[in-house]
Amino acid sequence: MRVALFLTCVNDTLYPDTGRAVVKLLTRLGVDVDFPMGQSCCGQAHYNTGYRHEAEPLARQFSDVFRDYEAIVTPSGSCGAMVRELYPRLGERARAEGRGDALARTLAPVVPKTYELTEFLVDVLGVTDVGAYYPHRVTYHPTCHGLRGLGLGDRPHRLLRAVKGLELVELPGAEECCGFGGTFALKNAEVSAAMGADKVRNAESTGAEVLCAADNSCLMHLGGTMSRLRTDLRPVHIAEILASTEEEPAV
Amino acid sequence: MTGTYLGMPAFPKAAADAVHNPTLRGNLRHATHTIRAKRAKAVGELSDWAELREAGRRIKDHTLRHLDRYLLQLEESVTAAGGTVHWAADADEANRIVARLVKETGESEVVKVKSMATQEIGLNEALEAEGIRAYETDLAELIVQLCKDRPSHILVPAIHRNRGEIRDIFRAEMGEWGRPTPEDLTDAPAELAEAARLHLREKFLRAKVGISGANFMVAETGTLVVVESEGNGRMCLTLPETLISVVGIEKVVPAWRDLEVFLQTLPRSSTAERMNPYTSMWTGTTDEDGPRTFHLVLLDNGRTDTLADRVGRQALRCIRCSACLNVCPVYERAGGHAYGSVYPGPIGAILSPQLRGTASEIDASLPYASSLCGACYEVCPVAIDIPEVLVHLRERVVEGGPAVREGNRVVLRPAKGHAAERAAMRAARWAFSHPGALRAGQRLASRTRRLHPRTLPGPGRAWSGTRDLPAVPPEPFRDWWQRTRGGKDGAR
Ligand code: SF4
Repeated sequence: MRVALFLTCVNDTLYPDTGRAVVKLLTRLGVDVDFPMGQSCCGQAHYNTGYRHEAEPLARQFSDVFRDYEAIVTPSGSCGAMVRELYPRLGERARAEGRGDALARTLAPVVPKTYELTEFLVDVLGVTDVGAYYPHRVTYHPTCHGLRGLGLGDRPHRLLRAVKGLELVELPGAEECCGFGGTFALKNAEVSAAMGADKVRNAESTGAEVLCAADNSCLMHLGGTMSRLRTDLRPVHIAEILASTEEEPAV
Repeated sequence: MTGTYLGMPAFPKAAADAVHNPTLRGNLRHATHTIRAKRAKAVGELSDWAELREAGRRIKDHTLRHLDRYLLQLEESVTAAGGTVHWAADADEANRIVARLVKETGESEVVKVKSMATQEIGLNEALEAEGIRAYETDLAELIVQLCKDRPSHILVPAIHRNRGEIRDIFRAEMGEWGRPTPEDLTDAPAELAEAARLHLREKFLRAKVGISGANFMVAETGTLVVVESEGNGRMCLTLPETLISVVGIEKVVPAWRDLEVFLQTLPRSSTAERMNPYTSMWTGTTDEDGPRTFHLVLLDNGRTDTLADRVGRQALRCIRCSACLNVCPVYERAGGHAYGSVYPGPIGAILSPQLRGTASEIDASLPYASSLCGACYEVCPVAIDIPEVLVHLRERVVEGGPAVREGNRVVLRPAKGHAAERAAMRAARWAFSHPGALRAGQRLASRTRRLHPRTLPGPGRAWSGTRDLPAVPPEPFRDWWQRTRGGKDGAR
C-alpha cells in the first residue's frame, strides 16, 4: 500500500516529533510511507478566517501532490476535516459562482482517500492494538474537528486502551472546545484563554500526567496554557504515544 | 434593526470585560451547564430525533423557498378570520404602525408577552416616545425591564442575574412601576414568583391592549401560535380588547400539520421539557371570546435581504430555541450583552450581521465570535450549519462581495481594519504555494530559534499574554525526512 503522510504545516514546522512518530508507527505496522515534498498547507487557516479565495490554490496544490496515492494519512483532526468536509464545499461554491466544475473535479479524488491517523489505523488497517508501551496516566481531549467534524468516535480511546502500561482516565467536559480555533485564539484572546484554562483545570482534576489529543494546534494552545499555569501536565500527541514501545519508549 | 445597541464596542472588547466579571461568569456557567445536560436527556428520549430535525429543516426550507406565496395565503386567512394585516419593511415602519394602532384605541398602557421581534425593533422605546407605556409580563423580561437592563439570552433574558440580584431589583424597582413588593421579601423562588404574580395581575386586569410576537403562523388557517411556560402570554393574548402581534415574516409555516414537528423539537431544545406548559393559538377574532380587534404586523427588517443569500439564508430557519446559546463555550464566557443584539450567542453571531449588515464595528466582529467548534450545529433542531455561515460572513467582512441590501443588489466593500491581515494571509498563501520558500523560512526559524522570545510584541501579544509559545525545534520534519530518507522519493 502506497500511503502518503500529510503532516500539515504546523506539525512540519513546530512538531516534527509527531511526524517522526507517525513514520515509525506506520512502518512498524508494515505500511510503506512516503512524504511528498511538494506538500505544504491544506488552506484551513485561510478558509476559516474568510479567505476562501486564498484557500483554493492551496487545495488545488494538495490535490496535485497527493492524488496518486492510495491513502493520505494525517495526524491532525482539523486538517483532515478541512479536506474531507470543506474541500467539497469549495467545489460547490465555485460552481455556484458560475466557475464551473473544474475545482470540484480537481479536488474530488483526494477527499475520500484522506484519513486522520486513528481512523486509518482502525478503519483501514483494522488494528486497535498497535503494540505500544507507554506507562503513564493519560487523559484524552477529543478536539472539536476530530469529534464533530470527522466523527472519530471512540477510535482513539480503543487505541489508547490497548497500549500496555497506559492508564486512560476520563476527562470531565471532554466534548467542550479548548478555545484554540485558529485565528480565534488571537481575535478573541481573552475568551480563548478562559476556555483553555478551564480545559487544563479539568485535565488536571483527573490526576493525569499527560493530556493527549490528535491535533497539535489544540495541544499548542493547551501546552502554552499549562506552561503559564505551571501545571505538571504535559501535552502529547497521540501518535507519539502509539509509536512508543518497550524497546524505544517515548518520555 | 434598532439603534438600541449601536455604539457597542466590537465583540472582543465586550467579551473580554465579561470574562473578567466573576459573578456573571458564575451565573452563566451554572445556568448553561444545567440546561445543557437537561436538553441532552430530553432529546435522547426520542428515538426519531434525527428524523424530526431533518423534517424541521425541510419544512422551513420549503416555506422559505415559497415565502411570497405563503405570506399572501396567510394574509388572506387572517383577513378572512376577522384580523387586519400590516406589512412593515423595517423597524421604524413597524414601530409607527404599532404606535398608531395603540393610539387609535385611546389607551396609553399596553401589556406585552415576551417577543423577540418587538425587542429587535426597540418597540418599547418607540412607544415610550409616543407617551405609551409598555409592561413586560414575562418574569425574566420583567426583571430586565425593571432594572433598565438589556436581555442577554433568547429564552431566559435575565440569565445573567442570580436570585439575590433579582430580589434587590424587585425591592428597589417594583414600586415605581405598580404594586410594590412586601417589605420582608427574601430571595426564595416562591416568594419572588408570588411578588411578580401579584404585581403583574394588576396589569393584566387593567390593560385594554396586548402586544405579542408569535413562534409560528399557520398560512392555511391564519392561526398564530405562542409557546411559553408561565401563562402570562395566555393572559396577554386573551384578556385585552385589542391584540397586536408583531411577527417576523420567516415564522410562517404552511399547515397545521407542520406544527407537529416543531411542538416536539422546540420545547425539548429550549427548556428540555417534553411539552411546553402553555401553547396558545389564536385565529382572527371570535365573538365574546378574547380580543375584539386583532392586528398582525408582518416584519421584514432585513429578512428578505437575508433570504437572498444562498449560504446565509439558513439562519431564517431558526425557531429561537436557544439550544445553541446554552451549548456555546463562547457565549458561556462572554455573556449575551457582548453580542450587541437581542439575538446573542451563535445564532446572533450569524443573524445580526445579516439583518443589520456588517458596516458597524460590532457587526463586523460578530462572525469571529466563535472558535468554530461546531457544538451549535450539532444541537440545532433545524440543522442550521452555523459554522458554515460564520465562515461565509467572515469572507464578506474581509473580502466584501455581492449581497442584497434593502432589496438592491450591491457589491460590499471589505470592512475596515483587515488590510494587514489580508496581506499576511496572501503572503502565507504564497509561501505555502512555493515549498522552497516555506522551507527556507522554516530553516531560518530553526537556526535562530534560541533568539525567539516566548512572548510576542504587537498583535501577537494577544496570544502570549496568557499562553507560552512552543519552542521552535532544531530541524523541521521535511529536513529530517530528506536527511534520513533523502534518496527515496525525495524529489516528489
Ligand atoms: S439557531 Fe438553531 S439552536 Fe440556535 S436558537 Fe435557532 S433553532 Fe435553536
